[in-house]
Formats: sequence, C-alpha cells, structure tokens
Amino acid sequence: MAAIEATGLVKTFKGRKTAVKALDGIDLDVPEGTVLGLLGPNGAGKTTAVRVLTTLLKPDAGTARVLGHDVVKEADTVRSLVGLSGQYAAVDELLTGRENLWMFGRLYRLSSRQAKQRAEELLATFDLTEAADRTLKTYSGGMRRRLDLAGSLIAHPKVLFLDEPTTGLDPRSRLDLWQIIRDRVREGVTILLTTQYLEEADELADSIAVVDHGSVIARGTADELKAKVGGERIEVVVHDQGDTVRALELLTDALGIADPEATTIEEHTRRITVPAPGGSSALVDVIRTLDAAAIRIADIGLRRPTLDDVFLTLTGHEAEEKESL
Amino acid sequence: MSVELPARVNPIGRALSDAGVLAWRSLKRFPRTPDMLIYATIQPIMFVLLFAYVFGNAIPIPGFPGARAYREFLMSGIFAQTMAFAVASASVGLADDMSKGLIDRFRSLPMARSGVIAGRVIGDLVFNAFVMLIMVLCGFIVGWRWHNGFGQALAAFAILLLFAFAMLWVGALIGLSVGSAEVAASAGLIWLFPLTFLSNAFVPTPNLPSGLQPVAEWNPISSIVAACRHLFGNPSPFASPDGFPAQHPVWLSLIWCAAIILVFAPLAVRKYRSATTH
Repeated sequence: MAAIEATGLVKTFKGRKTAVKALDGIDLDVPEGTVLGLLGPNGAGKTTAVRVLTTLLKPDAGTARVLGHDVVKEADTVRSLVGLSGQYAAVDELLTGRENLWMFGRLYRLSSRQAKQRAEELLATFDLTEAADRTLKTYSGGMRRRLDLAGSLIAHPKVLFLDEPTTGLDPRSRLDLWQIIRDRVREGVTILLTTQYLEEADELADSIAVVDHGSVIARGTADELKAKVGGERIEVVVHDQGDTVRALELLTDALGIADPEATTIEEHTRRITVPAPGGSSALVDVIRTLDAAAIRIADIGLRRPTLDDVFLTLTGHEAEEKESL
Repeated sequence: MSVELPARVNPIGRALSDAGVLAWRSLKRFPRTPDMLIYATIQPIMFVLLFAYVFGNAIPIPGFPGARAYREFLMSGIFAQTMAFAVASASVGLADDMSKGLIDRFRSLPMARSGVIAGRVIGDLVFNAFVMLIMVLCGFIVGWRWHNGFGQALAAFAILLLFAFAMLWVGALIGLSVGSAEVAASAGLIWLFPLTFLSNAFVPTPNLPSGLQPVAEWNPISSIVAACRHLFGNPSPFASPDGFPAQHPVWLSLIWCAAIILVFAPLAVRKYRSATTH
C-alpha cells in the first residue's frame, strides 16, 4: 500500500498582479516504509507540496491521501497520523526543551503524565537531556532542529514529512540529523523529505522526484537519475599543456569513443574528460595509453556524476540558480 | 514505549484542554520577557502623570469643580484605554508565532481549531489583569478612589476585563492577518489612539464640539469608561444626559463587548484555519 499518494495536485497563489502556480499537477507515490526525496531549487513547489500533504493548505485541484485518508476530507485523522518538521525549527524559543515537548505531547492528546514520559524518552534519544531545562534561545541551530524533529515524533507517526531538515546546518549537525532520520527509517517510518541538497537526497532517499516549476520532471533512484546524465567519466590533467590535444586523440581511439561531443577539453587547465563506460577498467586503459605515449599525468580520477549534473541536464539551469532570486 | 492515542475525545473537552495548554504556554513566557510588562505599564503610567498634572489643569469637569475631580474622572479613561491596548499583545504575539512557523506547527497537530487563539486570549487576559492591578495602584497614588463600595468596584473591573477579552479577539484577527510582529504592533495600535481620544476617556464630552458629541458618547470605549465611572461613583458628565449612553452605561458597555466578541471571535478563528506563513 502507498503511504502517501497524490494525484494531479494544483495550487495557485494569487498575488495582486500575478498568480504563481506553486503546484502544477504533481503526482507522488510513496510506498510504505520508504523514503522519497523531493528535490528541487527554492520556489520549485516542494514546501507547498508538503503543506498540502500535511493539511495546512487545500489544493485547488487534485487529491492526496496519507495512509489511505484524504488530506482534505479527513484532515483531522491525517493530522493525528503524521509528523511534520519544517525548515524554520518551529519551536517556542522562550520555553525550555522539556516544556516544548510536553506542550506538543499534550496537543497530541496525551495525558500530562504520558506527555512528560514521552518528552523524557525523546530528550534522551536526541541527546538533549542535559539541555532540557534551558530555554531554546540558548540552543544551537542543530539542537533546535533536533528538538523540532523530536516534537514531530511524539505520537509515533507512521509517516514523517521533513521540509528541508538540514538547511542552514553545519556539516557535523547535518550528519547527526541524517543518522536520526536513518534510525526512523529502520523503525519502518515512511518519510517524505524535501531538500535542495542533492547529496542529501542521494544519501537518504530510496527514490527521488525532481521538482521544478511545480511539477515532477524526473523520478527514479539516485543511480537511475545519474545514468540519465551518462554514467561515469574519467578526468585527466596532463602535465604539459602541449599534450592535451594529443592525449584526447589517443584516448578517443583507445576507448573507442564514437561521439566526440562526449568529450571535453580545457586547454588552460590541461584537463580532458572522457566517458568511461567500463568504470575503473577504463581508468587502467587510460593510464596505459598515456604512459605508452610518454604523456605525463598530473592528476587522474574516475568521476561519478553528481545530482547537480542531473539537475543541470534535466532543467537546463543550475539547482542554485534560483536561490538568489 | 508505545503510547496509545485516545481514539475519540469530545470536541468541547478537547477545545478547553488545548486552550488550557496554550494559555499555560503564554503564562510561562511572561516572566521570561519582563520587558513586556514594563512597556505595557510605562505608557499608561505616563498618561496618568501627563493628564493628572499637566493637561488636567486645563480641562474643567462640568458640574464637578476642583482639581481632584479631574483625577477621579481620568482613571476610568486610563483603565479602559489600557484594556483596549490589549489588542497589541494578542496581535504581536500571534504575528510572531506566524512568522516563526509555530502556527504551522500547531495547525499540523490534531488540535481544536480555536485552541491557539483561545489560549493566547486567556493568557493575555491574565497578563492584562496584572497590568490592571498596577494601574489601580497608580490611581490610588494620584488620589483616585471608588465611592460605591467594593462590590460595585469589582463589577467595574469585571467589565474592564471583559472589554480586554473582546479586544484580544480583534488583536488576534490583526495578528493573523499581517506578516510580521513589527507590522502587527503598529496595525494593532494606530487606530486606537484616535478612537480613545474621540471618547470621554480624557476630555468630558460636553467640552467637545457638538458635532462630535454623539460620536464620542456612543463610542465603545466611552461606554466602558462611563460604566466604570458610574460603578466607581466618579464624575461622569454627559453632553446629552437623557440619552441611552448616559442612562444605561453598564448595559451599553456589555452590548458593545458582546458585539465585538460575536463579530471578531469567529473571524479570527476563520482566519486561523486558513492562516499561512508563506
């Protein structure tokens, strides 16, 4: 059964002069116990999709179900089954960690005693027991995000929505949070995760939906998406600038590359790249070929395409391009 | 470690419980932001001092000679104005929660729809009762007294708190409609100054131009002030002493409070249901 399914979601925000179509017919299908990464730049519609799926926004068209419950008609049921953790660490800064969790527990209809007990469990799980009696003003960004996530786990949700869970965190806190998310996956929680970090989707998601301008422009596993961009490549930096053109010719012959478009050459950095269908065995061929021709190699490496490459190929623009807007 | 969620809770019990939790939250916050209490009391105290000792000498109270009459007259106006400004505490608080994403978080929980605003209103009401207490002490210091016994004075305070309660719903609607706490602060107050000055709060209505007199006497703030003056036994001159506002000040104040609550409470809850951060 699909834990989350959405069909043809449309949501338009009307401004004074313009209307922005934040969702333009998004379809999603997340099987139970899996992680879907919703990947896209700022303004692609990721957050709007999460807000519709968590009953915060009503779609203009289309339907969505979470664990079989319609997000519009059975909004209250959906709310009691899901957890939401947003990009803006939505916790009360003037309350302590313990008070925040107790409050959320009470609002999830736990008794005062149950809420206290659940707060203690979560504080321990998220390594916040020592900071439990400090107001959140004193917390670091990573600690706040952990507490926010803890707040969304109070009712043991089967489905978790994480809207850019690590945006703005330092690398250490990001790794901590990734581990916490992996632990939830191990417990069988279904997760929909939005991110603009391509690495994050690669790291956490079973499958990825790439979103741009309110619709899904590609979907598949990280490997499938990478394959679309054209597999692995070898990057060689030769020692002498005069050798670059000759090196490329030799490698084109040796690897049997039919399409010269697939190769690149940068004279000033003495760098050439060629497709490597055979992976590391091609790497050996390249080294042998260049060695036999007495071309000195300054640097060489097998480069797997990143999801950044995927994004560039699919949308024609960089993932970060829109961030400055 | 599994916690069972109660399957069904009766909706009224749920609304009360949620409002209680959110009110608890507000009350936890007040002692941690002492500057709020300072700002909430400094302005009315300044008004008391300014009007009691500066402008008051130039404002005669028709039918009540003597310097002390103005101070007796003034305090009900100050109380009502202070309670009217409760608008700001609700609007700023809710706008702040909106901009920090807390409203989204609350809306994603299986809570009663009225819970967040009701909790805010109850919490702010307690806060305003505290401000009220400070203003009463301030009134005693400048020579204000009640003359009709403690029971009637208590009724006057109850009307003032009911008025604050009504105005908090207005503030809730404003807070949920604007984008930021800064906008909410001015949007919550800017229309209140003309409203309080166009009332009987600081200047007796017989002293106003005749065209403004009916407006000032029917003004909701005037009705609260007149009801308090009546119950405290303080000077309460009217331009038209036979009119409904002069004859039935307590009834008019209750009608106004009920009207404000009936209009603004449903509007605020409706706004909350569709409130969006982005």
